[in-house]
Amino acid sequence: MGLLSLFRQSFAHGVHPAHNKGQTENLAVQRVPFGSRYVMPLGQHIGAPAISVVTKGQEVRRGEMIAKPGGFISTALHSPVTGVVKEISPQRTLDGSFKPAIVIEADPFSTQRIEITPPPSWESISLDDFIELVQQAGIVGMGGAAFPSHVKYSIPDGVEINDLLINGAECEPFLTNDHRLMVEQPEKVVQGTEILRQKLGAKRANIGVEKNKPEAIIKLKEALATRPNLPVTVTPLEVKYPQGAEKMLIQSVYHKEVPAGQLPRDIGVAVNNTGTVVAIADLFSTGSPLIERVVTVSGPGIDQPANLMVPLGTPVRDVLKFCGGLNHKTREVIMGGPMMGFPIASLDVPVLKGSSGILAFTERETARPHEYPCIRCGRCLEACPYFLNPSRLALLSRNRRYEETIDYHVMDCVECGACSFACPSNIPIAQLIRTAKDNMRQHPIEEAA
Amino acid sequence: MNKSDPELLLQPSPLVKQGLTVPTAMRDVLLALSPALLAGFWFFGLSALLVVVVTTMGALLTEWIFTPRENRTVALGDGSALLTGILLGMTLPPALPLWMAWLGGVVAIGLGKIIWGGLGNNLFNPAIVGRAFLLGTFPIAMTTWHVAAGPDSFFNLHPSTFALPFMQSPPMDGMSAATPLGLMKFEQTGTPIFSLMFGNTSGSLGETSGVLLMVGGVYLLLRRALEWRIPLAIFLSAGTFTLLLQLIDPARFPDIHFTLFSGGMMLGAIYMATDPVTSPVTTKGAWIFGCGVGFLVVLIRNFGGLPEGILYAILFMNAATPLINRYTQPRVFGRSRS
Repeated sequence: MGLLSLFRQSFAHGVHPAHNKGQTENLAVQRVPFGSRYVMPLGQHIGAPAISVVTKGQEVRRGEMIAKPGGFISTALHSPVTGVVKEISPQRTLDGSFKPAIVIEADPFSTQRIEITPPPSWESISLDDFIELVQQAGIVGMGGAAFPSHVKYSIPDGVEINDLLINGAECEPFLTNDHRLMVEQPEKVVQGTEILRQKLGAKRANIGVEKNKPEAIIKLKEALATRPNLPVTVTPLEVKYPQGAEKMLIQSVYHKEVPAGQLPRDIGVAVNNTGTVVAIADLFSTGSPLIERVVTVSGPGIDQPANLMVPLGTPVRDVLKFCGGLNHKTREVIMGGPMMGFPIASLDVPVLKGSSGILAFTERETARPHEYPCIRCGRCLEACPYFLNPSRLALLSRNRRYEETIDYHVMDCVECGACSFACPSNIPIAQLIRTAKDNMRQHPIEEAA
Repeated sequence: MNKSDPELLLQPSPLVKQGLTVPTAMRDVLLALSPALLAGFWFFGLSALLVVVVTTMGALLTEWIFTPRENRTVALGDGSALLTGILLGMTLPPALPLWMAWLGGVVAIGLGKIIWGGLGNNLFNPAIVGRAFLLGTFPIAMTTWHVAAGPDSFFNLHPSTFALPFMQSPPMDGMSAATPLGLMKFEQTGTPIFSLMFGNTSGSLGETSGVLLMVGGVYLLLRRALEWRIPLAIFLSAGTFTLLLQLIDPARFPDIHFTLFSGGMMLGAIYMATDPVTSPVTTKGAWIFGCGVGFLVVLIRNFGGLPEGILYAILFMNAATPLINRYTQPRVFGRSRS
């Protein structure tokens, strides 16, 4: 980390995948028509699964709570449509396994108008009430991880938040859902940011946007110009992956390193995704809980790419149908971005709170050259934003020497995949590291300080 | 699941890859080497061409024999044995008997790579291992140099080219000549800078044209296929050391341009020291490695018994690479250096 990094809005290392955002960046968000079947898995966020509060055959209204939080690190679920609870049974989820889910059949004659509850006034409520409201509204981190947001807002005594950082980096190729939110609803982004800033007691707020989204930067600045009193600024960031990784973003904007094993709040920063602050703005302006999200549908396997407002629980098949379906070249369908998302085995899985994109890849994108031996070129070391030694970790993992990976700080890895991306030998470095991490989670040993 | 759904692939993420692969990286290096190689053929004639062909065949054959059948297509297809053979050929005297050149190719791959476990596992640069073996085994043939005759005598084969194995020492012909480094070491005579840069001197068949080797280096740099820190560090440290020596005794020690453009400096610094397998993986390590090579080259050239030092300088730093890697591991993000 040289002196130069002080003059750049970026972190050290990282990679430059082709953006591929051109297919969808100018397409306005369209609303997907309501379908018939909606699947809401109880565990679609990080933490304990939600607990169902409905019974089979029960009529539910759009926006009605159908599952309550299953603990503090858990959140509520709401019905995405007005209809009837068809069943509460294991359904196929993204990783291919079957997990308990509430299946709702939409009422074909309903107008699907949302029953508006009077919005609580955010200025008057306490932080604890605010946290409770956010949890009851089912709001999670919308960037992909789906970590319940209210947990982030529960700041322990003695910790002070000085800076609120809004993550509009959207460094994943192909995805434009955050970009569209910033372009189409900049006031909402600003409003949600301001609500959060005041509630968390932050002195300033900053919206970090990669420079390949100039329109978003302009719109946000225009929205801020109408409210000049707000201590909110927009920071254009260098285009580099993984710019949107929480600690990388903090490095880029504030030139501060979050110590390993600590959270951003330990250095006085709270980070939230653009989609999340819009959900918060929605909650306090209309009372609407989290029942839909923007999804980018793109990739060469899609003839009609789009940015769509999709009710949660909509099967991927229905979303694709709205975009003209998959073309015959499709070989792989990805949930999320191409760097950290994962392929799905069935088109019947639903869109969840963390689903930022649906990408269809063809033979060209999925073809992989043969795996060659590691030639120790060091490209993975130059890619890793955490300055780990990925080739070493991959080798140890392949030889099942998992305990030794701890000495190389395997648990610091955020699985961004920059190492695999850069590897000329096509070694699945990130996957090998995931294996090592899983093993160490199951059989933990004391990490040497 | 519907019958009409496509059969979907399940790959581990990330699902996009940089275009660079091992074979394309090797191909880039071969392309970068080609101008200097062609210049070598131009200056030294058919004999030089045959030497390179034969070392390459020796290298490929050895790789083929010692690779399990199912891996052969991949192992030969990655282009690493081809590159080793050509690099080795470029470091040899143009009139070297072909059977020696062939043996050099066999040893380069056999003892330089296969015995370590194949691509990615060798400690020393295979081409340099091959050359070191030849230099130790056939010291006379390896130090018999010829003038760069130019294209007029392209088809004039040197009589030593087809010398039979283990016969009397190869007959010397009337065209032998000392290399610029030999002249400097033993006769304190310089060589015109123009000849040094464009390769119109005697020397190893692919090493003499410093400028063309640099052109290839620039190509690699543009393709982002070059660890530029290593050659830069070599030039800087060799240059600094040479300047210091010049301060002490300008008459005895060579100029800086001579240091950089003579012998195997360019080929070694740009194409051999940068072999990813045998150089450090860390960026800081690359600087240390390059500085070490540059220092050792000047040390050996000026104070050792040999006129050329790049070979042993690189071998020595190859041996130090695991140690350099261990002590230059970067500080992990968010942690203090431990």
